[in-house]
Amino acid sequence: MKIKQLSVFLENKSGRLAAVTRLLASKGINIRALSIADTSDFGILRLIVNDPEAAYRALKEGGFTVSLTEVLGVEMPDRPGGLSSVLTHLEEAGINIEYLYAFLGKGENGALVILRVEDLDKAIEILSAKGVQLVKAEKVYAL
Amino acid sequence: MYWNQKYECLPPEELHQLQLERLKATVERAFFNVPHYRRAFQAEGLEPGDIRSLDDLRKLPFTTKDDLRENYPFGMFAVPMSEIVRIHSSSGTTGKPTVVGYTRRDIDVWAELMARALVCGGATRNDIIHNAYGYGLFTGGLGVHYGAERLGASVIPISGGNTKRQVMIMRDFGSTILTCTPSYALHIAEVMEEMGIDPAELKLRAGIFGAEPWSENMRREIERRLGISAVDIYGLSEVIGPGVAIECQEKNGLHIFGDHFLAEVIDPVTEKPLPPGEMGELVLTSLTKEALPVIRYRTRDVTALLPGDCPCGRTGVRIARITGRTDDMLIIRGVNVFPSQVESVLLEIGGTEPHYQLIVDREGSLDTLEVQVEVSESLFSDAVRRLEDLEHRLHQELESTLGLSVKVTLVEPKTIVRSEGKAKRVIDKRKF
Ligand SMILES: [Zn+2]
Repeated sequence: MKIKQLSVFLENKSGRLAAVTRLLASKGINIRALSIADTSDFGILRLIVNDPEAAYRALKEGGFTVSLTEVLGVEMPDRPGGLSSVLTHLEEAGINIEYLYAFLGKGENGALVILRVEDLDKAIEILSAKGVQLVKAEKVYAL
Repeated sequence: MYWNQKYECLPPEELHQLQLERLKATVERAFFNVPHYRRAFQAEGLEPGDIRSLDDLRKLPFTTKDDLRENYPFGMFAVPMSEIVRIHSSSGTTGKPTVVGYTRRDIDVWAELMARALVCGGATRNDIIHNAYGYGLFTGGLGVHYGAERLGASVIPISGGNTKRQVMIMRDFGSTILTCTPSYALHIAEVMEEMGIDPAELKLRAGIFGAEPWSENMRREIERRLGISAVDIYGLSEVIGPGVAIECQEKNGLHIFGDHFLAEVIDPVTEKPLPPGEMGELVLTSLTKEALPVIRYRTRDVTALLPGDCPCGRTGVRIARITGRTDDMLIIRGVNVFPSQVESVLLEIGGTEPHYQLIVDREGSLDTLEVQVEVSESLFSDAVRRLEDLEHRLHQELESTLGLSVKVTLVEPKTIVRSEGKAKRVIDKRKF
């Protein structure tokens, strides 16, 4: 259930994102999903890749500040209100969502959304009980 | 544990009385026996009789390293050479060396101070003291040596160098206390690791390190890698050598032995004394030295007097760990800034000591200060909010510590250029 996500600290200047993707490509690592959160000074690049451990090592050796965090992948039915019902379940259980972003590709049954929550185990418990489809990590890495 | 409880814990009023008596005697001795002091006092219109209270210390002119150099080699001595039993000298890496002399009684006082320091740092007469400070003209080796003998501990006068042999002797002789510079302690730890010797196999339990500035980070690293408790000792040859001040087991600043030295911290530019808590230049006055009395000696070491009493019971004033030299000081918009102040804020907020750089520039007629901080793994978070929080806290804490508006920029690792592994701390782009 828990998917390993890489987060990389980037300064807000041109060429930094390309430096990361080039480095990963040179190690044969495929990027499955990507999002950038930025301020005027810096950005945080979040990545789901096929081999998180290898990517972590490669980035660290490449001199980047990188961390591995666990996130959830949720499969959303392709109909209006799919996302909001998932968010409502979490909100009702008092679980804070740090951020979320959509997956590049699609799951078997609809859109894939990556969720970073404060209490991962509790979120898994709540969402499973509500019948929300959580995607297995291996499946995400292999997509 | 004390070596001399009576004097180390003298009630403040008694200590001040003793300090005043000794200050008067020192000033008199300097005035009548050292031409330099007589000229300097007379230039201020001062006579020994003008010193009537401890506050009158502030009337006295400062003494600098240059004064010692100009009187090279023996011009500052207050006794005839027949009374001098020992001569030491500083290395003189920048210009002429400075020469210091000791009478028999000075050597005796120094041994007493070092015995106090060793006990303060955790030593007893049952310890085997592995003294890896250099023996010779440098005061470190012999200073510790005489103190250890006075204490009655067993001293191994190994001096510096040949680290593998040091480790072997440490293991075979069962050394319990290591005395050397903090950087040499780390080197010993490295060599020990290379030799495949686990510090846990040794009897080493404590270390007393000094003669160069070091950080809390270094203390943690030394303590972890050697499996010991480490304290900081301070001294300088011009004043006596090691044994001017040392940390006690509380590790919350270094106690000055107040019956032998008066400490002030001044603003190095205005030369005004600073209140406790404010960083500036340490100025020391010797109270008992015969051969080379020093009056308001400008150490160029950056520290602060610490407010409050220490739970250990010693009443001598405490100073903060020496964090740099006044030569590193910047003046930005008329405010004195020490890179070490920035370092202490980063250490407090980041937990570890991140790489940082100060960039000083001038926009129009206004100086600007930017502090770039490399985002290490321990500072990093995958949530923007937390990094913004960090930036915000650094910003607030730096502004309140420095008393200056500051721009904080988080940068990627290895952004700050390093030369020979050491980061360049300050880039001053201003053109004067
Ligand atoms: Zn104490």
